[in-house]
Amino acid sequence: MKRNERIVLDSLEINRALSRVAHEVTERNQGLSDLAFVGIRTGGVHLAHRLAGRLKKIEGVVLPVGALDITLYRDDLYKKREQPTVRKTEIGFDITGKKVILVDDVLFTGRTIRAAMDELIDFGRPREIQLAVLIDRGHRELPIRAHYVGKSLPTAADEKVKVFLSEEGEEDRVVITNDAEN
Amino acid sequence: MNLLIRNGRLIDPAHHRDEVTDLLIENGKISRIGKSLKPDGPKSETQIIDGTNQWVLPGFVDLHVHLREPGFEYKETIKTGTEAAAAGGFTSICCMPNTNPVNDNQSVTWMIREKARQEGRVHVYPIGAITKGSKGEELSEIGELVEAGCVAITDDGKPVMNSAVMRRAMEYALAFDLPVIDHCEDEHLMEDGVMNEGFVSMELGLKGIPAAAEEVMVARNLILAEMTGCRLHLAHISTAGSVRLIREAKGRGVRVTAETCPHYFSLTEEAVRGYNTDAKMNPPLRTLQDRDAVRQGLKDGTLDVIATDHAPHAEEEKNREFDRAPFGIVGLETALPLTLMLVAEGVLSVEEAVAKLTILPARVMRLNKGHLGIGADADLCLVDPEATWTVDPRRFRSKSKNTPFTGWKMKGLVAMTIVDGRGVYSTEEIQAI
Amino acid sequence: MTLKIKDLISIKDLDRDELRLILDTAESFKEVGARDIKKVPTLRGKTVVNLFFEPSTRTRTSFELAAKRLSADLVNISADSSMVKGETLLDTARNLEAMQADLIVVRHPCAGAPALLAQKMTSAVINAGDGAHEHPTQALLDLFTIRARKKTLEGLTVVIVGDILHSRVARSAIHALKMVGSSVRVVGPPTMIPREIMNWGVEVFYQYDEALKGADVIMTLRLQLERQGRSLFPTIREYSNLYGLTARRLSMAKDDVLVMHPGPINRGIEIAPDVADGLSSAILSQTTNGVAVRMAVLYLLSGVAKHEPVDPQRTPH
Repeated sequence: MKRNERIVLDSLEINRALSRVAHEVTERNQGLSDLAFVGIRTGGVHLAHRLAGRLKKIEGVVLPVGALDITLYRDDLYKKREQPTVRKTEIGFDITGKKVILVDDVLFTGRTIRAAMDELIDFGRPREIQLAVLIDRGHRELPIRAHYVGKSLPTAADEKVKVFLSEEGEEDRVVITNDAEN
Repeated sequence: MNLLIRNGRLIDPAHHRDEVTDLLIENGKISRIGKSLKPDGPKSETQIIDGTNQWVLPGFVDLHVHLREPGFEYKETIKTGTEAAAAGGFTSICCMPNTNPVNDNQSVTWMIREKARQEGRVHVYPIGAITKGSKGEELSEIGELVEAGCVAITDDGKPVMNSAVMRRAMEYALAFDLPVIDHCEDEHLMEDGVMNEGFVSMELGLKGIPAAAEEVMVARNLILAEMTGCRLHLAHISTAGSVRLIREAKGRGVRVTAETCPHYFSLTEEAVRGYNTDAKMNPPLRTLQDRDAVRQGLKDGTLDVIATDHAPHAEEEKNREFDRAPFGIVGLETALPLTLMLVAEGVLSVEEAVAKLTILPARVMRLNKGHLGIGADADLCLVDPEATWTVDPRRFRSKSKNTPFTGWKMKGLVAMTIVDGRGVYSTEEIQAI
Repeated sequence: MTLKIKDLISIKDLDRDELRLILDTAESFKEVGARDIKKVPTLRGKTVVNLFFEPSTRTRTSFELAAKRLSADLVNISADSSMVKGETLLDTARNLEAMQADLIVVRHPCAGAPALLAQKMTSAVINAGDGAHEHPTQALLDLFTIRARKKTLEGLTVVIVGDILHSRVARSAIHALKMVGSSVRVVGPPTMIPREIMNWGVEVFYQYDEALKGADVIMTLRLQLERQGRSLFPTIREYSNLYGLTARRLSMAKDDVLVMHPGPINRGIEIAPDVADGLSSAILSQTTNGVAVRMAVLYLLSGVAKHEPVDPQRTPH
């Protein structure tokens, strides 16, 4: 196996990007009332918590954070050889009437976000859904655009973008790999 | 047409003969045995068969065959059943009365014999029912059955549950010195069991038939035989306890003979796993200890006879829920190689194995069959003892294919079967008439 | 990880990791059941057939809810429907296959019937109870319920009481509990306990009080009332006296003992009403958890790559 791996964002750059996103969130949503974060498992949940933490520092408000597992809403379930593992969706608050900021680590085809929105709407009727991502790597297959982007990263379709976070016991970093395994 | 079989290994347990020699058949009888025989008449009238490296055996005698005709011709007919017998080396078979109608009167016996005469490949000896309709209540006209040609009586497929009826049947049979055969099974202990009761039945969740269901009836029958003096023959013995009871009774001089079947010395209840309906028979396949006791019973002579309990069933009957599939397997075309496995494993000598397929069953029914004496009917088979083959039920002559031995590698092949001096089966087909 | 099996016929088809996968997946599905909109689109376009040759409202409904909450299309076929009446099981199977059913849930009075279907069909077959053989989803929901309350499945002492001989629930539970490392005691009249059951590594008791000492979980089995007088037990009254779970008996077990029952309950026979409704009882949780566990099983089996039907002819040598 030949593997090319290069780091495109290090820990410092990730922090900077998140801080910028946090500020953009405060600018866009005056007063932060009725705002809530919902992270998409797994990376998005950690990022949602980090953003909520930053807003607490900046504005002194504690915003609710939920976790969404979109497995049951995927559109590629029966195209895979193995059934993906289902994890829990945990949204401990009522989303009806709220402005929900969906958080994911990487925005790619947009299919995950489509599934996440479908699932979210089964939980209630949010006033608005916004989207925050750490990386936008392009190659959209659906008409979906993020409101907040940590970093736009031009990639080739066969490359993989992986986000490693300290919550998972890794050093914070974003890498692009070009697996030559096949 | 006369036949001269040259240079075969002639094994005739009845006359303690086991030697490489020639055998001449004239007019359907065995006329001479000896080295380098020459036919008497003109050469063209005698066909010569090279028996080199082959065994020349008395034709096998099967005491326990279900020919299914009349009534269940979709499973087997007298024609197909006797063809299967011929392919298995059997030249005389006794057929069970659980047909429809039951063979409990002369007309059914006559019909079977007439059909067998016309269409049968081998000799067929009907066995009559002990009770009318095999219902276990009133005795059938046993005297008339004997007169019509029945060689024994049984309600096989079912036991005679009522001990008083069995006692009377045994007494009545004394008048004809007729063997009484019982299918030993206590119906109350069996309940609606479908396989041996034990660990495997527990694991599969199938209702069990305890060994005691057989043994209780074996014991009863032995006691009644001792009391009446009747000749008792016990069908398809399957348990260690039965073997022990029979051994003990024989030791006391009770007139009893007993048979077991190839599946009881070849298989155990483990064969049922996967709900294999081709391993469903009655009595059921038992444990390893039972299998070993059956082998020991064969070895020490407690079990005299190897019979097949050939029980054909149609594919759609077997291919269903285990509980709802009928009991029984076909056996005529696999009996010899399974018996030879006992020889290979040192359980039986060749002579003992052949005796249990020939002279010993013939003696139970007082048939002048199963031996190669001078003047005897020329019923015999040629066996290639080294030939190996794989069981493929699609190649069976029997109409039914319900065997648990599919795919087994067998050693020992019936090469030719001869009845009354005529070839009725041959692997090379040229001989078939 | 994923299941390696096409069908779920027996608990013994699973290994320990697969069993845990099903329980863990069920945790996620339990959350779906707690939502206002108890439905996810996961099995949209899949067809599930409930093929019930034996009446059972409880299990059938549980599977039905599970399938519907996963957005599958579901049809119920019962033994008296003209679809299966007078037809052999294999003909029914061929017809269902022709209708392109993806998952078949089978309840059948004959042990081995689901195995036969599984052998002949490319669809995934789930055993919803076959004769006295197995009822694997019941065992899975029992384990799920025990784990939720006890936080572990290892090292527990579980007492199963009643007609073990005829119980598919007991068989599946015993296999599952042994697999996860709990110890199992069975108790009942000797006529209802198979003589070889010790070979499964379970302890046999005939006295209920004795069996209950130190018990973490009591699994009561439903008494089949029609067996009365058929030599397994003399009267319901005597059975209830000897093997009914009363408050007095309950006090013999550990303080935090969990009482379970697969339902439907014969109140006052195998279990006293105050025990069935008491604090120790997990009977209603079992029902709730049953749906989640069955959702997990449907989900996990629906994704397994299709296999060719297995040749029924084995070659033993």
